[in-house]
Amino acid sequence: MDLLFARWQMGLSLAFHIVFAVIGMALPLMMAAAEAAWLRTGEAGYLDLARRWSRGTAILFAVGAVSGTVLSFELGLLWPAFMEFAGPLIGMPFSLEGFAFFLEAIFLGLYLYGWERLNPRTHLAAGILVCLGGAFSGAFVVTANAWMNTPAGFRLVEGAVVDVDPVAAMFSPAAAAQVVHMLLAAYAAVGVAVAGIHARLLLRDRSNPFHRRAFAIALAVGLPAALLQPLSGDWSGRVVARTQPAKLAALEGQFATERYAPLRVGGIPDADARQTRYAIEIPGGLSLLAHGDPAAEVVGLNDIPRDLWPPVRAVHLSFQVMVGIGSWLAVLAIWGALLWWRGRLFESRLFLKAVCVSTALGFVALEAGWMVTELGRQPWIIQGVMKTSAAVTPMPGLAAPFALFTLIYIGLAAVVIALIRRTIIETSPARRTA
Amino acid sequence: MIDSVGLLALVLVATLTSYVLLGGADYGGGLWDLLASGTTADRQRATIARAIGPVWEANHVWLIVAIVVLFTGFPRAFAAVSTFLHVPLLLVLVGIVLRGSAFVFRAYGPADPRYTRVWGRIFAVASTATPLFLGVIVGAVTEGRIPEHPGGPFVAVFIEPWLTPFSLSVGVFTLVLFGYLAAVYLTLEASDVEERRAFRRRALISGVLAGVMAAIVLLLAEPGVRHGLIASAWAVPLHVATAACAVGALVFLARKQYGLARVAAAAQVTLILWGWALTQYPYALRPHLTLTAAAAPENVRILLLQVLGVGAVVLVPSLLFLFGMFGPRGGHDERA
Repeated sequence: MDLLFARWQMGLSLAFHIVFAVIGMALPLMMAAAEAAWLRTGEAGYLDLARRWSRGTAILFAVGAVSGTVLSFELGLLWPAFMEFAGPLIGMPFSLEGFAFFLEAIFLGLYLYGWERLNPRTHLAAGILVCLGGAFSGAFVVTANAWMNTPAGFRLVEGAVVDVDPVAAMFSPAAAAQVVHMLLAAYAAVGVAVAGIHARLLLRDRSNPFHRRAFAIALAVGLPAALLQPLSGDWSGRVVARTQPAKLAALEGQFATERYAPLRVGGIPDADARQTRYAIEIPGGLSLLAHGDPAAEVVGLNDIPRDLWPPVRAVHLSFQVMVGIGSWLAVLAIWGALLWWRGRLFESRLFLKAVCVSTALGFVALEAGWMVTELGRQPWIIQGVMKTSAAVTPMPGLAAPFALFTLIYIGLAAVVIALIRRTIIETSPARRTA
Repeated sequence: MIDSVGLLALVLVATLTSYVLLGGADYGGGLWDLLASGTTADRQRATIARAIGPVWEANHVWLIVAIVVLFTGFPRAFAAVSTFLHVPLLLVLVGIVLRGSAFVFRAYGPADPRYTRVWGRIFAVASTATPLFLGVIVGAVTEGRIPEHPGGPFVAVFIEPWLTPFSLSVGVFTLVLFGYLAAVYLTLEASDVEERRAFRRRALISGVLAGVMAAIVLLLAEPGVRHGLIASAWAVPLHVATAACAVGALVFLARKQYGLARVAAAAQVTLILWGWALTQYPYALRPHLTLTAAAAPENVRILLLQVLGVGAVVLVPSLLFLFGMFGPRGGHDERA
């Protein structure tokens, strides 16, 4: 039971932190872009936008920083055996992340409090360093997660770890694909969400220059990432196929080991009956995507011991949600690019509505993606090396801290939403003053 | 010639020192926000917020670096501390979350005093409680009641190792030192004479209290620890130097030489921390776990030291730039 609460607490902390972490990566980019546009055009509206986004960044970065601190301690509080084993191996990306985080915090302090003290170019440079710090920070942390999926850089000799190589551990087989997938997800989710908020306001007041500028910059950050994400997803999928067959089988609901394995759209896996029902099946699709050949054999769950199965239904459904939303956002990106090219970005009411209803979708896909990678690795905490149940702390009564952090996170989320509404939306300038 | 275990331990203590001198003072600022009184109370709170606003997040990162160095360089120590000190660590985390969030919620929310007072109070209480538990953790690591194995009743394994008079006294000592640092620093940040006088009085009181708490901590220490603190070869010169800094800081405060008082107070707290570290050596966790036994493989230690060295080349100029911009009497900018 304590294992379950430990997993819930970790999952909750990750799900909460990741929202703020990706905003801390992408919002400074928009803020710096708006400031650059102000420096180039001299239009005060861009400066107003940069300042509003910087206030949003200040609130969201702080919550991201403290919730990230919680995670770095929780690694030990909940999984001490894992950290004792993995600390030396994944410590290097975490140390590098420490410095990236330092740069982010230092230059964010300079940016937020330096509007009047720094000359405009230095101020913009500080903003750009915040963006870089955020991106590197995210990339380093993801390499640590990638190592859990594809552990590398050590040998096990009679249970003891030897030949520890932290560099090989950092560049584990899944690292590059996961880092690219995560960075693109961050920019796509945040860009589309911010664009969606302003699309809603543009639907009421189409010519408002403030919302037009915000909408355009947010789309410029979000849509290119959304367009590239399916390619990155394909790459990630191939890595999973090569390194984590049980995860691949679970996310596709593939029970039989077979050639010409189908790609399933939708469907509900039934682990007891060992079949996935109600899916639209594209013959040979999975074999083709996973191994580049429709005749390639895909290992199904039937050939993996039952006690090493991930929770198949949850993983498959999360995967469907992620892929479905990712595909929709890529369509949105192409649509937006066409409108932009024809100079009609703000004219199409249908596009504004489409972006508006997509506001939260990027974040839903992001959370679903983490469910895929984390649940898909179960029952392992380190794939093939250490089980999650072997890593959990002996501390009893873990329901209590889980309940405590649930309450704290719900409270923080409510306050943050209210503050962001107030900072960016409710007080946004009317047409005349912009 | 010092080996890589010793060097890494030195780096860890240096990181903790930075956290205490910088981040510790931010917690102390919260304590003085809580205790702000008199006609200048509102101005004191504004000065505290202005002083810590641009820097507290960067100062907080020292703690993250310390944790990372601990789990990378001394993974067994990290695992043991995380296991047996789960409860106080959890309380520290709650404090860190509430302190940081409340600070930005107050700074970036409505100016309505009913709103700012609530978040200001949460910021202040969380800032005051967190150092208590940080100190309790240091006390528990020092005192040596942490068992080797987690078998046994809950209270004996997860509560008794840290709920001791000694650990609690280290907790109070930590809070007093953080408050002392903050008050001394704030004398340079105050916007007028009256406010400066208030911070000076707080600095003098907490400076004297720090001496009292140091004596109590020593009295409550285990004989082995106490012996290390007073009878080692290095003990006498170190205590003389610490006392000289402490007396110097108080004299400078009395003579209103605030810049010198700042240097003396920071030196005093640094010496206290390094004195603790020397007592602790060669243990990571008394009495079962030495630094060597807790350490990661040698190539990992060396690589970590190299990464930290390269990182410092980027970090130090950036930090100097930040503090140069928002040093004493700085930070008068309007909020972004």
